[in-house]
Amino acid sequence: MNHEFNVNSPFMFTIVAIIIAMVIAQSFFFLIRAWKQAKKLGIDTAKLKSVVKSSAIFTIVPAISILIGVIALSKKLGLPLPWLRLSVIGALTYETAAAGAAANAVGTSIGDTATLLTASQFTTIAWVMTLGIMAGVIITPIISRKLLGGVDKLEKRDKRWGEILMSALFMGMISAFLGMIFGKVGTGLVGWIPVFVMLASMVIMLVCAVLIKKLKLKWVEDYALPISMIGAMALAIPISNAVNAYIA
Amino acid sequence: MKTRNLSYDDGTHFWGRIWMWGMGVLLLAFPAAICLYYNAWPEAGGFLKGLLAIAPMFWVVGTIEVITYVPMLGAGGSYLGFITGNLTNLKVPCTITALNKVGAKPGTPEGEVVGTIAVAISSIVTTLIIIIGVLLIAPLTPILDSPTLKPAFDQILPALFGGLGVALIGQNLKVAIAPIASMVILFVCVPSLAPSGAIFVPVAAIIAIAVARLMYKKGWLK
Repeated sequence: MNHEFNVNSPFMFTIVAIIIAMVIAQSFFFLIRAWKQAKKLGIDTAKLKSVVKSSAIFTIVPAISILIGVIALSKKLGLPLPWLRLSVIGALTYETAAAGAAANAVGTSIGDTATLLTASQFTTIAWVMTLGIMAGVIITPIISRKLLGGVDKLEKRDKRWGEILMSALFMGMISAFLGMIFGKVGTGLVGWIPVFVMLASMVIMLVCAVLIKKLKLKWVEDYALPISMIGAMALAIPISNAVNAYIA
Repeated sequence: MKTRNLSYDDGTHFWGRIWMWGMGVLLLAFPAAICLYYNAWPEAGGFLKGLLAIAPMFWVVGTIEVITYVPMLGAGGSYLGFITGNLTNLKVPCTITALNKVGAKPGTPEGEVVGTIAVAISSIVTTLIIIIGVLLIAPLTPILDSPTLKPAFDQILPALFGGLGVALIGQNLKVAIAPIASMVILFVCVPSLAPSGAIFVPVAAIIAIAVARLMYKKGWLK
């Protein structure tokens, strides 16, 4: 028999809830293993707790931005699919693009919330979004052991160069993302907004660094990145408003 | 049990693969189950068109992410992080912060466990926040969707990478100059490349590594 299709059907919520429960189980599995191993290595519990605290605090704001992505997509796709896609593997930037491309391919758009998706359109979008992001799942298990072994060998051969190489890898990543922020400066003052926000974040981070070093405020260390991120996001509101007012 | 004799790292790879491929199958089960339950099948034309529009780019970026992020996150962090996702905007900065905080280096036994703990905590917190958000979606939507807050969330990546950039660049300013200068020049001169910026991570990394190698050989990096 045919079940009546609905983007928010209890059936889909149930499957998504099961998969998400598995993801939480996997997280705890790795957490507990690593925690036990850390004890074996003799790492201080206080140190581990501080890792837990700073990771949890840092995560809150980016997680809320992911939630906003879920809400944005849910208007067209219902809640279960965006919930699953953004809790498992998905990244905000990919999923919005993937959903947009898939919706276009079946002759609709994410912005068109007036017309309901048919079951067939929905399954098409779900398959495209799922297959689109499988690269990491397939490739990671195949190559990570070799990759880490290679890095390890290199570090054993020349320890200092190994450290510099890792540091250069980090610099490569951050440079590409910092460079991207300048991608719209050619479009005029509006294109500079991301640059201003980045500079605001940098200044706040530098202030935090000074507070940590000069005033020995140890607690700032835990919060430096969240503070600079949230501070710059808050400043993004007056910055954007000022730029828009200046142009108009 | 056989696995009892495995070292921690061997065990991580063993369990990591099982979890990862298991989760991969489970993920494919979602669209498959919907097709069967509703007896509704994808439109072949739309499916191919949609997949062609995103898959080539996503798969290239995905592969680059694996190569770049696995050495940073460590084995355990990677097997978990590549399942829970949101690496660039969340898991990777979170791990870098955690490693810096305890002074652990990626690739060391200490870095491995700290990376795994950071990714696990971040994954659990993210998943819980999204669950709460889904449960409270009706009262939350007007707040999170408000036009006043929109500019703030639109700028989350610059706000994140500014601070993170200072933290990372401060560690090794000499290595940072060449890749940052080249990437800024690249994206200012060819803005059309910016949306696919992640593809340039390996380019910037190669520039950074080449320049660092040169400086190291010259004895500028002690």
